Amino acid sequence: MASSIRVRATSNGDITEVQALIQHPMDTGLVKNPNGELVPAHFIQELKFECNGKDVFVANWGTAVSKDPYVKFSFKGAKKGDELKISWIDNKGASDTTTAKIA
Amino acid sequence: MTTTTTTGPHPTRRLILQGAASVALLGLGNLPFGAAPARAAANDKYPEEAFKQKNEADAIKALYGKTAEPSDKVKLDAPEIAENGGVVPISVTTSLEKVTSISFFVAENPNALAASYKIPDGTIPAVANRLKMAKTTRLTAVVEADGKLYSATKEVKVTVGGCGG
Repeated sequence: MASSIRVRATSNGDITEVQALIQHPMDTGLVKNPNGELVPAHFIQELKFECNGKDVFVANWGTAVSKDPYVKFSFKGAKKGDELKISWIDNKGASDTTTAKIA
Repeated sequence: MTTTTTTGPHPTRRLILQGAASVALLGLGNLPFGAAPARAAANDKYPEEAFKQKNEADAIKALYGKTAEPSDKVKLDAPEIAENGGVVPISVTTSLEKVTSISFFVAENPNALAASYKIPDGTIPAVANRLKMAKTTRLTAVVEADGKLYSATKEVKVTVGGCGG
């Protein structure tokens, strides 16, 4: 099953760097399709990263985030082999979740 | 707290659990409606109102309920010229301490607030992402640290707008 979320989480012992790429149209609701009809807004509203039962990063997004969004951040307190849980929910209520092992 | 009883769930504990469950359900039920309080950055709700604001000052106010002061401790990195306004790589780092959130505002977009990130304890106050820009615009990063707001701005020239035109 192909997930919409691709994550790379690498630890240097102290700091874990996380990069995530998500497949999502991120439609603004302002663009017309080739038939001249407005494409309704469809975008991720919340993206959450959890590690060891704690939120380590929460993104609230609007329509101005690029299609197939990318985000990068770093956090402390995790070690190699710990599991990172990533989940998003969009304005239509769709969602996806995946986990990644910190390498 | 250690468990000392062996007689199954305590009645008051069950009550508390039920209460928690119904609160959780209520929370979920509220999500699709746009009635989020204005100062949503402080809690876990999606800041719907802030994302609806057209101009930057209103959006900052709706998100945080206060204004930001420029600070050279906020480092905003964005291209001078963006050839494709649909994908502009932006990052921000800060040497400020006790950072709780970082937000990005694109002044000339139809809605100024682009993204807002919560930075819990233990997370490095730095974030990189990619944003859309309708046209040449001022870009502002706001960092909330120790209850105060600090900002950095940068002008980005956009040759092809990110609104699909």
